[in-house]
Amino acid sequence: MTLHAIFISPFVDYGFMRRALVACFALALGSGPVGVLLMLRRMSLVGDAMSHAILPGAAIGFLIAGGLSLPAMGFGGLVAGLSIALLSGVISRTTSLREDASFASFYLTSLALGVLIVSLRGSNIDLLHVLFGTILAIDANALYLVGGIASLTIIALAVVYRPLVAECFDPEFLRAVGGRGSLFHFLFLLLVVINLVASFEALGTLMAVGLMMLPAAVARLWAQSLPTMFAVAAATAVVSGYLGLVASFHFAVASGPTIILTASCIYGVSLILSPSGMARRLYSRPHLKA
Amino acid sequence: MKQPLIELQDVTVAYARHPALHHVSGTFREGSMTAITGPNGAGKSTLLKAIMGELPVAEGTIKRPGLTARDFGYLPQAAEIDRQFPMSVADTVMLGAWRRSGAFRRIDPDVKAKARKALSAVGLEGFGGRIIGSLSSGQFQRVLFARLLLQDAKIIVLDEPFTAIDARTTRDLLDIVCRWHKEGRTIIAVLHDFDQVRAHFPETLLLAREAIDWGPTSVAMSSRNLLRARAMAESWDEGAEVCEKDAAVA
Repeated sequence: MTLHAIFISPFVDYGFMRRALVACFALALGSGPVGVLLMLRRMSLVGDAMSHAILPGAAIGFLIAGGLSLPAMGFGGLVAGLSIALLSGVISRTTSLREDASFASFYLTSLALGVLIVSLRGSNIDLLHVLFGTILAIDANALYLVGGIASLTIIALAVVYRPLVAECFDPEFLRAVGGRGSLFHFLFLLLVVINLVASFEALGTLMAVGLMMLPAAVARLWAQSLPTMFAVAAATAVVSGYLGLVASFHFAVASGPTIILTASCIYGVSLILSPSGMARRLYSRPHLKA
Repeated sequence: MKQPLIELQDVTVAYARHPALHHVSGTFREGSMTAITGPNGAGKSTLLKAIMGELPVAEGTIKRPGLTARDFGYLPQAAEIDRQFPMSVADTVMLGAWRRSGAFRRIDPDVKAKARKALSAVGLEGFGGRIIGSLSSGQFQRVLFARLLLQDAKIIVLDEPFTAIDARTTRDLLDIVCRWHKEGRTIIAVLHDFDQVRAHFPETLLLAREAIDWGPTSVAMSSRNLLRARAMAESWDEGAEVCEKDAAVA
């Protein structure tokens, strides 16, 4: 088998593979940078909790539309995700629970509620689609949504980069200079939710956060500055998507999990080979004079 | 006599109904340089956060007539900032120009030049491109002072600015604080080192949840006051009754 047959042909021969690839690239460009900011805010697990929080909304969309309708499920997921984000913010400001704890307390409730709602009407196949995504079944409408969300995310990040970074790095300072930190914090959560809604369609609720957090962790290991981290995270997600699709095509295995496992492999290699990885401890270079 | 800038009227700040700051009254005057000192748990940082509007006041009022958040330059305890954040020294310092650049405006060359000058003033010339995670505690504290220099604020509020840094850095940064005072800025600093307070700060608020004394440092820092402060801060009663003063108001 030639390299062309392995790496190019699946996308030349099959439209569903091309659409899946474009979706992966779009997801990567939006989710990568958002994941980096989530990780730097020490909210990595909040992303996971959030991805489950959108499930009840998506499930209600599923019920109302009577099947796997992307607009209905996407809108439902968006409303549910934002509601949980707001509710968690209110709880952390009015009680002694921290924001991550209040997110965590919604996590299982949301998952259970979402699965229950889907199982009321849907089949086991529908449930599998909701939980693990259907990246190979992505159609033109879904591509528009994913592409639109990625574009919006990149533009929003470019516009609010400075306040977002300031709020992330030293929220107390931003409050002290009247920098409207809460507004930017909410805007950031909005970006997290819409990116999770986009990932939800492709990777399902259980792995939607995968293309957000694994590339972010890889970026942390390789890069020093924030813009470089954004670029490394997006590139890692792009490569994971591409190689994952290629592997799933040739080995005839599920695409979503393969994409996430590819990202996991890159993470594993990075843990060993990156500048701050384990290998550096074994093979340390001679120190400088000053 | 200089104008009152910040006026505390019978201020109480409480955590879970227990007062961290109890019925404190007094005034920070324009151009004054006041040390807030006292034992651990005396409510010093709580007072700063209340002044900055970050903590709600349970009783009393804090008057800051005509002042906005932008008039304050606040240096929190270094431990409250994530030093592993992938931020360059120059970007950290340029945050000090927030009043001028805001969230969206372009950072102009003048701000960049001022940031370089501020770094030079704190002894970190050429450090602009370094990532803050690579700095020592003392160097990072110098960076935060450079950010304050760029803020160019009317009131400088410092929370334990010299904790865990070496003598030379402390001396350099104290010089900057004294220069700010000479320029007519108002300085409010939480400090633990009594010698520093006596040597550099004309006024002192000695706290032990209540204001033990507030006035000229030589008077406020008398041995009798210090002993009283220590005894008061160490008293803590889980079964405390409702404060009589508050009960009378209710």
